[in-house]
Amino acid sequence: MSEAVTLRIWRGDAEGGEFREYQTSTSEGEVVLDVIHRIQAEQANDLAVRWNCKAGKCGSCSAELDGKPRLMCMTRMDLFETDETITVAPLKTFPVIRDLVTDVTLNYELAKKVPPFNPVPPGPDGTYRMQQIDIDRVQEFHKCIECFLCQNVCHVIRDHDDNKKHFAGPRLFIRVASLEMHPLDATDRKDLLADEMGLGMCNITKCCTEVCPENIRITDNAIIPLKERVVSSRYDPVVWLGRKLLGKT
Amino acid sequence: MADFETHQYDVVVVGAGGAGLRAAIEASAAGARTALVCKSLLGKAHTVMAEGGIAAAMGNVYPEDNWKVHFRDTMRGGKMMNDWRMAQIHAQEAPERVHELERWGALFDRTDDGRILQRDFGGHRYARLAHVGDRTGLEMIRTLQNNAVHRGIDIFMECTITRLLTSEAGISGAFGYWRESGRFVAFSAPAVILATGGIGKAFKVTSNSWEYTGDGHFLALTVGADLIDMEFVQFHPTGMVWPPSVRGILVTEGVRGDGGVLRNSLGDRFMFEYIPEMFRTETAETEEEADRWYTDKKNARRTPDLLPRDEVARAINSEVKAGRGSPHGGVFLDISSRRDADYIRRRLPSMYHQFKELADIDITTAPMEVGPTCHYMMGGVRVDSDTQQSTIPGLFAAGEVAGGMHGANRLGGNSLSDLVVFGMLAGRHAAEYSTASGSPAPVPEEVLDDHAEEALAPFDEHGDENPYSIQNDLQECMSSLVGIIRTESEMLEALDRLEVLKERLARVHVEGHRQYNPGWHLALDLRSLLTVSECIARAALERQESRGAQTRDDFPTTDGQWGKRRVVIRQQDGEVVVSQEPLSEMPEELRQLVEEEG
Repeated sequence: MSEAVTLRIWRGDAEGGEFREYQTSTSEGEVVLDVIHRIQAEQANDLAVRWNCKAGKCGSCSAELDGKPRLMCMTRMDLFETDETITVAPLKTFPVIRDLVTDVTLNYELAKKVPPFNPVPPGPDGTYRMQQIDIDRVQEFHKCIECFLCQNVCHVIRDHDDNKKHFAGPRLFIRVASLEMHPLDATDRKDLLADEMGLGMCNITKCCTEVCPENIRITDNAIIPLKERVVSSRYDPVVWLGRKLLGKT
Repeated sequence: MADFETHQYDVVVVGAGGAGLRAAIEASAAGARTALVCKSLLGKAHTVMAEGGIAAAMGNVYPEDNWKVHFRDTMRGGKMMNDWRMAQIHAQEAPERVHELERWGALFDRTDDGRILQRDFGGHRYARLAHVGDRTGLEMIRTLQNNAVHRGIDIFMECTITRLLTSEAGISGAFGYWRESGRFVAFSAPAVILATGGIGKAFKVTSNSWEYTGDGHFLALTVGADLIDMEFVQFHPTGMVWPPSVRGILVTEGVRGDGGVLRNSLGDRFMFEYIPEMFRTETAETEEEADRWYTDKKNARRTPDLLPRDEVARAINSEVKAGRGSPHGGVFLDISSRRDADYIRRRLPSMYHQFKELADIDITTAPMEVGPTCHYMMGGVRVDSDTQQSTIPGLFAAGEVAGGMHGANRLGGNSLSDLVVFGMLAGRHAAEYSTASGSPAPVPEEVLDDHAEEALAPFDEHGDENPYSIQNDLQECMSSLVGIIRTESEMLEALDRLEVLKERLARVHVEGHRQYNPGWHLALDLRSLLTVSECIARAALERQESRGAQTRDDFPTTDGQWGKRRVVIRQQDGEVVVSQEPLSEMPEELRQLVEEEG
């Protein structure tokens, strides 16, 4: 059984563009990406859209549906009223390449700046022992599929393009948290967080957490604990004295 | 001359899934200037979708496990068609590659004493799969990605290779285009590693993403490399079947590994009726024994729900045909009545999420409906077992695009381990090769111009064929005529239809311009897809027996003579040519391992 449906899809490139209306059909159980694919196959062969797994595992098909950032492969059509026109727009925070495809290079460039995992030496048999309870919280961060919806929705960068130079954003904080809280990692990234990644600029409105398709509690479990770590190292009197004596400010 | 961007490297890796990333890391570590070229963004390759785990005989859960048992399971699962040397290297090296991932930051689930936990999977005698819930592939690709970006490897994201470049000495580079701009790029390099994955998009119901169009198989074939075992296409027994839009999405074998069972519409655990002779001595005969096996591997034998994938897929197919299927043409996979809800959510979080979101099913309270879905290509580029070099000097292949390792049927969990074991070897040997061979001869400009012209042909205004409808018709053809059950007359019909599709592809026309144009990208990918489809059909026609993933209705039994022969495919004068060659003899000590009773 199929139903008629109308989508307003943004078409254009870095120079500009407009919303165009497409009428097509949808059947039981379909997600927005299915309908986008139908339009692509039948009406607009050149409609640019990223996708891979179609199962919420790769984080490629992020877009803004009726203004809300979502994965198109995990958004069911029956979420919308049948007579409603659904608006599909590219992520606002990143520069448009074409149609629904945006330039997310920034996130990859930032990731290169995070000092890599640096393990402590293994045990006598050359392997590591870790308790499940000690890795649970890091495994939560490892669920990140890099859909960049959190980066897109974070108002520190969404509304202030200039901040992109000074503020790494929730995805990168998750990355750093996964290293800082890794039971085997021996590197300290607190100065990086405070001085280069702009952790202090986050005012914990939790927009990132709300939008995360993997339900990672980004603010509570990553950002706030990182803020606490930075604060306790910076304002600990012993650490402060040590910095003074070593000539570091 | 057209406008090209040009680059020079020692090693160019095509594909950035597990194999490509591991190869690039190794080549770079060996001092090679390395480029990693991939069709998607970094970290989105198919490896990210792997769920259940990575097979490695570490013996953390069962100390009795070792590489010899893993080797035996792999060979028997592959119906003895595997390249025995690759299967041996794989079983021996996999544990070290898993520990290496841990040293690079991967966090696998743990045993009570803090070691890497291992789970049961089909065809493996012991619990052997290191895993992270049911998102092991994500952990693996992210670990490799985070490692690779700090090594000075140049990464070319959203860049598609359309042709390999050759000189008399062998490989001299690769040619492709940026998807974003549509501009061409030519790589000069003495060594190229293909790590392009599989061919799933040739079929209608598949667990594979848009990228899986057989590019590496096609590229290798067109420069004269051999392909082997192309008849062996794995249909994973458990893909989603409802609603229609999710048909084919993978349901991990981990569901059965963690206690789930298959039932037909009568509620029967039908797998007990489908135990083949080869696995009879190692498979439970009663439900009681099968259930006991999860906790007592010494005194009970493995549940038939965990027979190798080819056996289970065929059994499901038969049940549905016999009218005992589920409402939407699959069978039931039930873990809700066998394990508690907390356990299911903890062990299988993404399955829980996937069914809840996409099918309105709570897998902790209701069974799933599942059926076969095209999942994996056992066949591929023929490589030297120890170096991963193809029959063309300077051309290497690793991961799914390489043939031999898995024989006629791959065991679950053996793919992730394959990626890192052979990705590493390919990287190492490609770097060595490039050092020894030096810079390749420059490719004549006319050749590059020809490749550019060929790639732009779909923009020709005389064409009238829509690439999406060609792909749709191809998938229809392969699924109905060269699918799970095959017969000569249908495959001959498929070959006729493929000829028509090739003619239609010559008349393909795409709208718009070169900037990020998916219609154009598909038109180019279709070349690979049509060619590998023909290879599959021809190889399947050649092998007149049923073995592993190849089931012939007209030759329903396994034939001892065919067990000694391998089907080889080459391209000569633009035509696909099929031949047979003897398998290499396994050394006596390995033969004894394989023949041991379960």
